[in-house]
Amino acid sequence: MFAYIVRRLLFAVPILIGVNLITFALFFMVNTPDDMARAQLGAKQTTPEMIQAWKVDHGYDKPLFFNTESAGLSKISETLFVEQSLKLFVFDFGQSDSGRQISADIYERMWPSLAIALPTFIIGLVTNIALALLIVLFRGSVLDTATMMVAVAIMSISGLFYIIAGQVLFSKIWHWVPISGYESGWEGLKFLILPVLIGVFAGLGSGIRWYRSLFLEEINKDYVRTARAKGLSEIKVLFAHVLQNGLLPILTGVVVVIPTLFMGSLIMESFFGIPGLGSYTIDAINAQDFSIVKSMVFLGSVLYIIGLILTDISYTYFDPRVRLQ
Amino acid sequence: MTVSLLWTDMMIWGLILALLAWGRLIGRSAQVRKQWLQVFESKVAMVAALVLLIYVLIALLDSVHFAQNSQASQSFLDALFSHLAHSAERTYSAPFATVEYNRSMQILPNGEVAQLYLPLVHVDAGASVLNHSLLALGLGALIGMLLIAVHLWWRSRQHALDFKVYAGKVWRNQTRLPWRTAYIALLVIVLFFSWLYVLSFSYHVLGTDKVGGDVLYESLKSIRTGVLIGVLTTLVMLPVSLILGISAGLFKGWVDDVIQYLYTTLNSIPGVLLIAAAVLVMQVIMNNNPDWFSTTEERADVRLLFLILILGMTSWTGLCRLLRAETLKISQIEFVAAARAFGVSRFKIIGRHIMPNVMHIVLIAVVLDFSGLVLAEAVLSYVGVGVDPTMHSWGNMINQARLEMAREPMVWWSLFSAFFFMFILVLAANLFSDRVQQVLDPRGHK
Amino acid sequence: MQANQPVLEVKNLQVEVEQAALIQNISFEIQAGEIFALVGESGSGKSLTSLAIMRLLPEALQVTDGHILLNQQDLFSLPEHQMQKVRGKQVAMIFQEPMTSLNPVMKVGDQVAEVLRVHLHLSPKKARSRVVELFEEVGIPEADSRYDWYPHQLSGGQKQRVMIAMALACEPDLLIADEPTTALDVTIQAQVLQLLKQIRDARGLSILFITHDMGVVNEMADRVAVMKQGEIVEQAEKAHFFDSPQHPYTRKLLADAVPKRDYRTLKESRTLLQVSNLKVHFPIKKGLFQRTVGYVKAVDGVTLNIRKGQTLALVGESGSGKSTIGQAILKLVNATDGSVEFHDEQLPETDLTQLSERQMKPFRKKVQVIFQDPFSALNPRMTICEIIREGMNSLQVGPKGREAQNQRITQLLEQVGLLAEHKHRYPHEFSGGQRQRIGIARALAVEPQLIICDEPTSALDVSVRAQVLALLDDLQKEYQMSYLFITHDLSIIPAIAHHVAVMQRGKIVEQGEVEEVMGNPQHEYTQQLLNSAPKLVRDAL
Repeated sequence: MFAYIVRRLLFAVPILIGVNLITFALFFMVNTPDDMARAQLGAKQTTPEMIQAWKVDHGYDKPLFFNTESAGLSKISETLFVEQSLKLFVFDFGQSDSGRQISADIYERMWPSLAIALPTFIIGLVTNIALALLIVLFRGSVLDTATMMVAVAIMSISGLFYIIAGQVLFSKIWHWVPISGYESGWEGLKFLILPVLIGVFAGLGSGIRWYRSLFLEEINKDYVRTARAKGLSEIKVLFAHVLQNGLLPILTGVVVVIPTLFMGSLIMESFFGIPGLGSYTIDAINAQDFSIVKSMVFLGSVLYIIGLILTDISYTYFDPRVRLQ
Repeated sequence: MTVSLLWTDMMIWGLILALLAWGRLIGRSAQVRKQWLQVFESKVAMVAALVLLIYVLIALLDSVHFAQNSQASQSFLDALFSHLAHSAERTYSAPFATVEYNRSMQILPNGEVAQLYLPLVHVDAGASVLNHSLLALGLGALIGMLLIAVHLWWRSRQHALDFKVYAGKVWRNQTRLPWRTAYIALLVIVLFFSWLYVLSFSYHVLGTDKVGGDVLYESLKSIRTGVLIGVLTTLVMLPVSLILGISAGLFKGWVDDVIQYLYTTLNSIPGVLLIAAAVLVMQVIMNNNPDWFSTTEERADVRLLFLILILGMTSWTGLCRLLRAETLKISQIEFVAAARAFGVSRFKIIGRHIMPNVMHIVLIAVVLDFSGLVLAEAVLSYVGVGVDPTMHSWGNMINQARLEMAREPMVWWSLFSAFFFMFILVLAANLFSDRVQQVLDPRGHK
Repeated sequence: MQANQPVLEVKNLQVEVEQAALIQNISFEIQAGEIFALVGESGSGKSLTSLAIMRLLPEALQVTDGHILLNQQDLFSLPEHQMQKVRGKQVAMIFQEPMTSLNPVMKVGDQVAEVLRVHLHLSPKKARSRVVELFEEVGIPEADSRYDWYPHQLSGGQKQRVMIAMALACEPDLLIADEPTTALDVTIQAQVLQLLKQIRDARGLSILFITHDMGVVNEMADRVAVMKQGEIVEQAEKAHFFDSPQHPYTRKLLADAVPKRDYRTLKESRTLLQVSNLKVHFPIKKGLFQRTVGYVKAVDGVTLNIRKGQTLALVGESGSGKSTIGQAILKLVNATDGSVEFHDEQLPETDLTQLSERQMKPFRKKVQVIFQDPFSALNPRMTICEIIREGMNSLQVGPKGREAQNQRITQLLEQVGLLAEHKHRYPHEFSGGQRQRIGIARALAVEPQLIICDEPTSALDVSVRAQVLALLDDLQKEYQMSYLFITHDLSIIPAIAHHVAVMQRGKIVEQGEVEEVMGNPQHEYTQQLLNSAPKLVRDAL
């Protein structure tokens, strides 16, 4: 187990290097150190000397990928790519274009993101599984057909519609909850209800369909027949046997998401004015702030890889057949 | 007037031709023909396919451009709706309204200042909605019946039956495919469109937006964007997933390792962020090279093309993974071993034994991705990394209209139209993909 | 209960799917302490009958007529929640596939305890100690610690023992055993059958034993009923049944099931294929850097000799490595060591294991293969014509040109007992036996001298098995064909083979002429294999 985790973490390194390579290439393709210096120094009256001085000051005077002036290993290590990447690896994200510390911003903003994403995730998961089990219990009935029709309709409507319609109905017409905003602590609960509900509802259609098909696949298996032959009631069969086995494929899709919940939801946060990482990202995109986008990409990848490892570990816990090597 | 095709026009027509050729090729197999017949035996699938066909036809009509002058070009669709393209009002107006939605300050001849609802310029206030509707429905019924008759005649020739006999069979729903349902659906659709079309000459049927543009026209023009993103992205993604997925599954070893590394890396970057980063880069590149395009239209088109490429490059991983797993599974099956015992080469094994047996996965993924991509366009445009802001798209419509909900009273029609047209397309695609999955997925039936 | 009161009475049972009868007029009785065997080939409706008794038929199927009385109680009149009290308590069932019949993520002990808790409402602690007792009764070693094991940690035979423990837990009156030993190796099969008999004797349990295997019937049954196409064609006491079967179908089944003792006359013949000291090892990788820490020795130093025009049978239980030998000869897996030499006047003498794929091509014409599973051996997306043509094109054998090839394919199909019009159909339109014939035609198309037959008949019913074996025999006579016949089924060996090699854990433990090895086995393992075979087979060998 320990050896396995160590190996997976070692495997993560080339992946993160790859991610960095992609972002780095994207970043410097359009934003060379010269451009950055010019932008920072102000558009007017920049001399090549000033640019060079700025680059030296800020550590941008090295070549991108390959340093021909150095010898040996430092041909590769004394480059912008390696130095910039190393900073990311210790989560030193540097400054945004507006001069703020990105790491501090991220730390501050991930809690509001989590306040929305975590309840949405948990309530959504539980509702989806419960409803799916219910219609599997009544499979082939009118309830099944009707739910499936509603599910297709739900997943065919744009998520933006639910947000807009929800805001208009619950906030504007009925005045049940504030239309947007955020407060920390219990006071903030009223701001969270609507986005969480909308998030859960928008995911219902595809969720129910997916879980239903997983459970239906299980229900025709031999061990379920054995369980019935034991004299278990259909409900017991579903909860004691089908659910447990049906959950295994669900793990793959679900556990990997958990760490990335920190990243928040771009759309939700910007519509509801939540000061989380999602709206942080969207603001950065609109302001074309590459430093922030790059940091978020790196953070997202790290969280995703953690998610992959967690998925594997969760399998050893839930599936006795899996032993990690 | 000369034809001047945009990049995306050429791509979509190329794709349509390729699809037709491919259809003919695989149509030779009796098994494939039988499966597709089975798909269309479902009434829901038949209607869904018809709706999809209408959307694709509108997109294709909008994908034949003629140069008007050096600055602008016009598509078939623009020509059909030229009365709308040039009938901009000043600002908002509700559907079927004859005056603007908000009062504006006017100085009356007597010098007084008053708040008045100004009349709309391009509305024929005298036209009777009822009369025009009746006229439209009559016209629609005529066109619909004509289409049905032509189709009936063609089918009866195929079956070597008398027209009347065959029509009777369709009427009593005794044909193998649910043609009766299809005809009813077609009639409803034609009636609806002819009603919209005829009334659009006298009114803004779906109202106008902030700058007075006709919402119906915008919604129809958006169809092309939605369909193109859905269809062409697949075109970009498909070869990549197919080649990489099957190679990884079949050759295993280091090939597999490299491909797995590639898609894990790409997958690990949050999708929207990767797209956003790539689009930002693309914007900068396009700003730095203004000489690549001569008109705003071409600029918007190139941006659409890049967006499609970016979406394609970021969305191949899912299908690739599926194909890899399936190829691994199939390559263990004994008929592949039998082929190897005959000394059949790897490439022939791929073509003859692997590809035909993973085709259902590809098809299901393609139809399923289509609806996802149409929905994604709206979200991306909202985030600001979608299509060009000057381009007609549902995402842009929603993005522009989103703030209008805060107005008192609400301006709902732009949003409604965009969501409605999008919903019908996505619903049809989802229903159709359900049926395709049901028929083609071997797990679906025992 | 009176002695003449049957435990189970099935009266005139009929099951339909969409108005088509799947089984009809099924009537039989089972007395207390009796083992009643229901025999039939696949699709005869014997499993449906058992599921109907349990009222566990798939939803599309319906019982349209008849009654089932369990201890005089009509099961069809019970509401579902009452029926749940019957299942597992009064009637218990064990299934064919022990691999899939247990819940993979639940401890085996808990799965057995579940029955006790549902029906007898035992406390967890009491249930556990009862389960341990049951495990000991069915012969699971270290019963107490096995309680906490998961199904995948147990062998197939042990899983079936768990199933039996589960079935016995509430001391049912009737046990339905649906092909309980079909998926097991012959030595394990003997043990499980022995166990079932012991339990019957100890508990006076009635058993409805469903099987296709006459040898097992002979071993187990007190009374026998034969099913064919949804109906019972014959029902009799065991002794009477085997001595004087009445129905022609029964006679045929029996004739096909009993091995024929017509040993092949051995003629002098030259060696066609020489396998020397063949080894196939698969690495086991472990640890942080996936170093190779050991090898699975699938084939470990095997020497075989296949003669022109003769058959070498390779016998072994599952996992013994017998199929890997076939794959290594065909270079579908790479040999670790040793050599495979093919002797042919037109081809150079070389070691096949050293050849590249291109150099191997001329030999591929000479050595072909047919597989065990006729369902997966044919590509479902190709027509029969395309399937047979593939080898002809790839290896450049037979006529060129489409028309000539089509004629050749027709000829091949007719030779294996199929029709020319089958050419343009797809594999799924054929039965298992027909598909196996297609597989043979595909191999024949390249005119090979040696066919590796990898368990070609083990997925087939006995009557079909006999036909396929007869076809292979005819081809051998006609073309002087050689076979390497890989099988686990001892009963067919005398009828097909000239020589036999017995394989255990990657090694050949004994080989020689069939009569010698079967009549006077030297190695302990060969003796064990032969002794495990059902009496019907054993006596005839």
